[in-house]
Amino acid sequence: MSPAGDSAAPALSVEQLSKRFGDRVAFDDISFEVGHGEVFGFLGPNGAGKTTMVRTLGTLLSPSAGTAFISGIPLTPDNGVEIRRRIAIMPESPGLYLRLSVAENLQCFAGLYELPDPDDRIDRALRAVSLADRAHHACGTLSKGLRQRVALARSLLGNPEVLFLDEPTAGLDPVATRDVHQLIATLSRGGVTIFLTTHRLEEAERLCDRVAILNTTLRTIGRPAELREQLFTRTLTVSVLAPLPDPGAVFAGLPAVDGWRQDGPTTYVLSVSEQVVAAPAVTRALVAAGAEVLSISQRHHSLEDVYLELIDHDQEAGQG
Amino acid sequence: MRVHSRRVRAILRKELREYRHNGFIIWTMAIFPLIFLVQPLVVVFALPASAAGELSHEHLLLYMLGIPALVPAAVAAYAVVGERQQGTLEPVLTTPIRREEFLLGKALAALLPSVAVAYAVYAVFLACVALFARPAVVGALLRGPDLVAQLLFTPLLAGWSIWVGIAISARASDFRVAQQLSILASLPTAVVAALVAFDVLHPTLGLALGLAGALLLGNGLGWQLTAAIFDRERLISG
Repeated sequence: MSPAGDSAAPALSVEQLSKRFGDRVAFDDISFEVGHGEVFGFLGPNGAGKTTMVRTLGTLLSPSAGTAFISGIPLTPDNGVEIRRRIAIMPESPGLYLRLSVAENLQCFAGLYELPDPDDRIDRALRAVSLADRAHHACGTLSKGLRQRVALARSLLGNPEVLFLDEPTAGLDPVATRDVHQLIATLSRGGVTIFLTTHRLEEAERLCDRVAILNTTLRTIGRPAELREQLFTRTLTVSVLAPLPDPGAVFAGLPAVDGWRQDGPTTYVLSVSEQVVAAPAVTRALVAAGAEVLSISQRHHSLEDVYLELIDHDQEAGQG
Repeated sequence: MRVHSRRVRAILRKELREYRHNGFIIWTMAIFPLIFLVQPLVVVFALPASAAGELSHEHLLLYMLGIPALVPAAVAAYAVVGERQQGTLEPVLTTPIRREEFLLGKALAALLPSVAVAYAVYAVFLACVALFARPAVVGALLRGPDLVAQLLFTPLLAGWSIWVGIAISARASDFRVAQQLSILASLPTAVVAALVAFDVLHPTLGLALGLAGALLLGNGLGWQLTAAIFDRERLISG
């Protein structure tokens, strides 16, 4: 196949990809697709294979098995240069030349990408990360957060179609984190595909259109809301002033209520199929039973709950 | 394979900028040449005019070819393992640069200052000899063929030392070890230069052409061989 990218193809297409270092499996049999302009979260515990996946798709490592297409270009050793022209990788460690200034660092990379108007591109990249006034500062004098922003500016220089961000907010303060989040959102709106590995699940939940949870093998993939639906039943949590004398009689036969369990002396958790149907019926039943209702709330499961459920399950299976 | 000169220049320029701020590199580039300059100067200044006849059998000027044999090796040893240790190798390798271009940029960055330093030291030596040594000694030392050999062999020796240094740097996991091994591996060429300087190996046109040809070939092969052992995967994940 020719190395020319297929614009109709997904930004990333991975099919049964595996990577082994000798006997050690970094990741195994991974398949997924990422659309153009999508923010795709890649989550997993330490050692799950996230960084190795980024390095493999970035042509730094060769896959042991499987196929992948990056911007429509097959991932083969011959296509390495062509693929690297269209992507950028921001590693977890910024990897800046600390003795050189911010501008000198970016000039080097502008040359490596053979950019036609390097000064203008450097200026735009620095403005995108709010570092235009630091262009002549030595990178060694910058804080960790500012270095991370320089690394981000470096990733933007070549106008990548796919941007791999490996833990981009690790160690950043809340303001710097917010700035990075805003930049990711802006890039995504501009059509850049973002492949984001992170440990910060609230970050993935907020930024990502879809997430994949990896633990050497792919555990699940989907929109955060879909994953919550898949893994957790919908529930209503009912809190009353005094314990119900016969809760079974109160909750039995109510529409959209599938079951219940007691969670503390005066709290009941109801499994429901439709919360909007179940909640009014439960309220009426409680009032009819003479209960003094303190609250009826639906429980929200976060992406963190999904993640912990899957990873805990893996750990239990490993111990078993 | 087409070499993109702009990518090579980007690495070259970056390296030269880094050298300026790197005390270790500056120190390395200064200390060896000083040793190779001071020792022969002391010898020459101490020589009486009667020693000129003895000197005419030696080629003391060629002794200083030890500078291009050793200095670039010490500098080139930093090329790959230094970047790896400071965490800057991975970002560079994620750009479209090919390994051959990366290595060529690194080699040129070590070559240019090394050759400049070597020529500067020769100039200082020649000036000192011309100004302060006894006239008979000057005549015996400053000979056209030796000067030509000096000028021609300097970049050839430096190039060879650089490829040896970079090859070791690409396989080493520690910069200090890489530097020691590089200097050790470059010693044979320095020894050959010393043997010629002290007339143990008698310099002839044939010998000069043979050595020059071998070094030219070595430089060409050095680039290819170093590129072949530059294992992107091991450097990133090893």
